[in-house]
Amino acid sequence: MTDASLCAERLTLGYDGRTVATELSVAIPDGGFTAIVGPNACGKSTLLRALARMLAPRAGRVLLDGVEIRQRPTKEVARRLGLLPQTATAPDGIVVADLVARGRHPYQRLLRQWSQEDERAVREAMRRTGVDDLAGRPVDELSGGQRQRVWLAMALAQETSLLLLDEPTTFLDIAHQLEVLELCADLHAAGRTLVAVLHDLNHACRYATHLVAMRDGAIVAQGAPADIVDAELVAAVFGLNCLVVPCPATGAPMVVPCDRRGASVLVEDPVA
Amino acid sequence: MSAVHAVRLGGGVALVVRPRAIAVGAVLVVAGAALAVAAVGTGEITLSPAEVVRALVGAGDPGTTFVVRDLRLPRVVCAVLAGVALGVSGAVFQALTRNPLGSPDIVGFQQGAAVGALVVITMLEGTGRAVSAGALAGGGLVAAAVYLLAREGGRTSGYRLILIGIAFAFLMTALTEYLLARARVEDAQEGLRWLFGSLNGRTWEDVAPLALGLAVLLPCAVPAGRALRALELGDDAAHGLGVRVERARVGLVALAVGLVSVSTVAVGPIAFVALTAPQIARRLTRAPAPPLVCSALTGAVLVLAADVAAQRVVPETPVPVGVMTGALGGLYLAWLLTISWRSGHA
Repeated sequence: MTDASLCAERLTLGYDGRTVATELSVAIPDGGFTAIVGPNACGKSTLLRALARMLAPRAGRVLLDGVEIRQRPTKEVARRLGLLPQTATAPDGIVVADLVARGRHPYQRLLRQWSQEDERAVREAMRRTGVDDLAGRPVDELSGGQRQRVWLAMALAQETSLLLLDEPTTFLDIAHQLEVLELCADLHAAGRTLVAVLHDLNHACRYATHLVAMRDGAIVAQGAPADIVDAELVAAVFGLNCLVVPCPATGAPMVVPCDRRGASVLVEDPVA
Repeated sequence: MSAVHAVRLGGGVALVVRPRAIAVGAVLVVAGAALAVAAVGTGEITLSPAEVVRALVGAGDPGTTFVVRDLRLPRVVCAVLAGVALGVSGAVFQALTRNPLGSPDIVGFQQGAAVGALVVITMLEGTGRAVSAGALAGGGLVAAAVYLLAREGGRTSGYRLILIGIAFAFLMTALTEYLLARARVEDAQEGLRWLFGSLNGRTWEDVAPLALGLAVLLPCAVPAGRALRALELGDDAAHGLGVRVERARVGLVALAVGLVSVSTVAVGPIAFVALTAPQIARRLTRAPAPPLVCSALTGAVLVLAADVAAQRVVPETPVPVGVMTGALGGLYLAWLLTISWRSGHA
């Protein structure tokens, strides 16, 4: 197994009186692109929240660099681990550069609010995400895809080697979903460790290097997509009857749902 | 073009500034100074601006100097400081709740202070310091109750805070009316005088606690502003940026309540300034959220303008400043909302 700076040991997670997940143990491979997948309400976002120290586990612990994450100063963690939440809201009329600059918060102090380093990081983040042309535009005038790239830029400006993304493609159309995922793949290729909650299993198989498949608050399987994704796993995780074939474009496992009306299966055994 | 405008001072100090905010701030300072001179010149003896300035710098005749420095200046200083306190308090609260209605004068703190003061005036026959203590206790209790009730599973949503706060405001208003109704006529009159919020007869003794309160609380507004810039993005995003969200929120509520309390103790509940000043400042500076410094300056200008107007409009019977801020602030807010609805930026 590869090194894992971020890992969870036997987590029990829940909100208020309700337990959402028990006995979760995951290791996020350093330098990998990990996707957490599973049906709605399976606890995947909850797991991400715990990994991002936003939710205190009922039991078990989350370790970052071998130290329990909630024991470390939160500002120090913020320079190590960035987060793109699902619920971020842009203040009315804020312009792109201003929003991206907020990502520098963990580096700023009362009297040193802006350094050359901050300037460089913000420019770099905007260039990487292709929003440098939008720098002076109000965020609320942008399209959904552009807006998501701006939020990614903010998370990038935080300059963390670990980046956690909670459903970064939700509410985007297919082209923009792929645009965001391509961007994630670029960031991964440039050496960042990514963890993303994704809805679409095919996207996860195509872009991620490591999958964590969950159902009903438990982990069903984890490993490289090519190693773990087959019809059996999809049936176990999503309760879906399907074929798993190699993607014609990338060769990654691709899920093709069976025809529920009982039409003949055209490909008998595509993997063979 | 730089992504952010920063002023670099020596020793690694660099402050983020907005050029427009500086221009607006400068205009507000000039307007405030002009209003202050006008306010000092207003009263039974009318003084020209030149006479006022001469007396202020110590070059006037002893009589005028006494009127200016000892009789009228404390009133103006009180107005400025109360305006600053209300402006910052409103800005912090509105930014925290992400809602212009999340103002201390809407969510029950001022109403709570009023009940506290009235209990002391009408039931305990107290005066002076005791009334102030009552107001502080009333405002503080309501703030704590609203905050605790708005908490849900260790988090507080701005929306819940506003709704629960408005409920408390109604409750406190009802209590205020009950206390006034059952009080002796003289006590009720005294209570009403307090309720309107007035700058009449303020002396340097009234200025001192207000100035002291601000000297303690305003420096806290600097880190508060930083935390707010992260919290504006949502709790989760702020968390990701390394902000202890709930701790920051408790601190911000305490700061806003503290500011509105010192102002209320000094001049009574001046209506509408905490609600209006941040909104005016935000539109003037075109900032994404209520800016703290410009809200403070706008608050000072509003209270000063209201006080000058209150004394000048009907010179024979000056109205309390609180009535005037209510009227002026309300009109301006209505106008602003109409304008922004028409242009589709509500």
